[in-house]
Amino acid sequence: MKTSQSDIVIVGVGGQGVILISDVLGRAAVKAGLPVRGAETHGMAQRGGSVINHTRIGCGFSPMVAEGGADVLLALEPAEALRFGQYLAPGGVAIVNTERVLPVTVTTGVSEYPDLESMLAPLRETAKVRTLAASELARQAGTAQAMNVVMLGALSRYIPIPEDLLLEALKDVVPPRYMEANMKAFQLGKAEVQ
Amino acid sequence: MREYLLGNVAIARGILEAGCGLASGYPGTPSSEIVESLAPWAGEQGMHVEWSVNEKVAMEVAIGGSWAGTRSVVTMKHVGLNVAADPFMTLAYLGVGGGLVIISADDPYCHSSQNEQDSRRYAQFADIPCLDPADPQEAKDMAIYAFGLSEKLNLPVMLRPTTRVSHARSDVETGTIQKPSQGAGFDKNPRRRVALPVHVRPLHRELLSKQEALAGELESAPWNSLTLRGDHGIIASGISGLYAGEAIARMDLNLSFLRVGTFPPPFELVKKMVEHCNVLMVVEELEPVLEEQVERIALRYNPGLKILGKSSGALPRDGEFDLLQVDNAVATMAGEQTRSAPILPREILPPRPPSLCPGCSHRATYYAMRKAFGRDAVYPSDIGCYTMAVGMGTVDTCLCMGASITVASGIRFGGEERPICCSLGDSTFLHSGLTGLLNAAYNKARITVAVLDNSTTAMTGHQPHPGTGVMATGEATSRVSLEEISRALGAGLVETVSPYDLDAAVQTFRRAREHPGLSVVIAEQACVIGARRSGERRRPFRVRDSCTGCKKCVEFGCPAIEFVDEKASINALCTGCGVCAQICPIGSVEVVE
Repeated sequence: MKTSQSDIVIVGVGGQGVILISDVLGRAAVKAGLPVRGAETHGMAQRGGSVINHTRIGCGFSPMVAEGGADVLLALEPAEALRFGQYLAPGGVAIVNTERVLPVTVTTGVSEYPDLESMLAPLRETAKVRTLAASELARQAGTAQAMNVVMLGALSRYIPIPEDLLLEALKDVVPPRYMEANMKAFQLGKAEVQ
Repeated sequence: MREYLLGNVAIARGILEAGCGLASGYPGTPSSEIVESLAPWAGEQGMHVEWSVNEKVAMEVAIGGSWAGTRSVVTMKHVGLNVAADPFMTLAYLGVGGGLVIISADDPYCHSSQNEQDSRRYAQFADIPCLDPADPQEAKDMAIYAFGLSEKLNLPVMLRPTTRVSHARSDVETGTIQKPSQGAGFDKNPRRRVALPVHVRPLHRELLSKQEALAGELESAPWNSLTLRGDHGIIASGISGLYAGEAIARMDLNLSFLRVGTFPPPFELVKKMVEHCNVLMVVEELEPVLEEQVERIALRYNPGLKILGKSSGALPRDGEFDLLQVDNAVATMAGEQTRSAPILPREILPPRPPSLCPGCSHRATYYAMRKAFGRDAVYPSDIGCYTMAVGMGTVDTCLCMGASITVASGIRFGGEERPICCSLGDSTFLHSGLTGLLNAAYNKARITVAVLDNSTTAMTGHQPHPGTGVMATGEATSRVSLEEISRALGAGLVETVSPYDLDAAVQTFRRAREHPGLSVVIAEQACVIGARRSGERRRPFRVRDSCTGCKKCVEFGCPAIEFVDEKASINALCTGCGVCAQICPIGSVEVVE
């Protein structure tokens, strides 16, 4: 039997707002009356490192998505899409923000940052890959901070939760003065993956 | 009401619903959010909530609360229980007053820890019950149950969430928050409260005789559930029970299944499984605590039973399990197809290890320290954000909280002749560095101690401590001076400097190195995250065209400095600390006006 309605893995770099996306998904799922599970990264691993968050909607088991089991891989940074690409289920969707964040290993010249296509091509072999310039769209919406909400908007097309509940949950976690920019960011992200 | 709660917030909720009146703890991933979530309720509920100086202190404060008749809880991470082990072990002899719950959060895979010890072993060692939750709902419900169990058995009860419970979120059914129990006060009873040999000998016998009652209580606890089906079966505890349950459901297997949430495990239920099955797999992370019990029971009731687990090599004794791993182990036992994850060319990716933040003052402190002491000096260090500076060459050791000063002293007494400069953070210094500094002064250790004072417990999420002048509840309190306490403990030279003033910092470290005895340098600069949260903004810096590409600033390792087209460049992460402008030999880094 299928043990979860929708398994989502959200990845990025510490500080990009991965946890907020999962928090909104979880709250919206509760509003929709669906069981929901999430697992997140705290502590040492967070500091500028790779972060991964598991969210399972319509699931009553553990919060952890199996490798090869994610219906959606939401990557807030392109290198992180490949780093955690093994979570994607065959036929799954990877939604990738194309704006890169250079790790210290690259800025100090120890390692090289690969070009975008060489990171995404391996994912295309088994999954659908949707790319968007989420950071740029967030700036258009009025604040670069809302990149994660652009990504949430894009994700909204692929999950079993009605949009109005997602936006209601977003209102619960975003301070009112940023809400307008965040609503705009959500719609821009959603339009981008049409 | 159903809410989407973090495991630790759910545990805090359970503590409030149990009418607990006192909570103490020391921050440590993955346990920190429990006390943080309780703090806002302190005023409203009339509950005492504190960040204690360390775990031993926290444990003793909670014991005192319990002995005053108030339901009390103490929280820590698994290695914190080592610090608190002294009161913990004897407490089981003496017993409790109000219900006493000890929360020790384990961290399989060491996501944010120096080891992956298993707290269930400690509970076994102390002869007290341990509850092993699988998810936030169970953790919350167990927290409530634990207080009652503690009072019923007159024993402390351990609740042992793991990272994947404490830092999981799920929809949780919440109940009603109870007004905290107000204890009747301390009841003088030397035979039960004074651990004299003459008192503890009978108390040890009493503790051992309680084990039967304890086992009986846990046998019928709601956290153990048995489903007898086929002659192959699984016994699993904690989150492993959810992995195994999902594997059974996914493959629609006719397996017998026992989920265990209590330690010691339920004897009768395990016996039923052992007698019913021919093949039994035990699924639990870390130590084979459950597996050993199963083996022991099987020896008596079904010696032919094939047991799969850690001993058989079916599952490892280290690290964290994942769903695919458990799914495949179950599939193998059941004769089903195993699955594999896609193999991707991840080797083309640059590593992205966690690192110090842009503008972090620790980076500047270590830069100045290395300049003054040289690459050849010995640099014992400690537990905190600054351990991540291991790549700078100024973190030569990290053992446990507070071990920097003591290990440095021992290295000196062991015959090391080179300069020794150890480092530890302000919270760690107050946690367990003070005794080490006192010992270093008393025994005349010729070392330098650098206290990296960023005025917070940064790594675990910015908790206050006695050096901040603020309590867990936000209330103002006395503020200890790190300089004065260092002098009082006997340090000969004590100086404070801001690491953002690089020249001054280097000069200070040079004086410390030349000092013939014990010296202390307090590198004082607020944590950049804390400063940003409190509204502090500094003008960012930029690199002028005159940059010659010497890479001196790039090698400093700040994530805000990039090397693009043979020149340095400062990106949007710059917090304006200005240290790279002081490193640049030709003045090519300037503030953006």
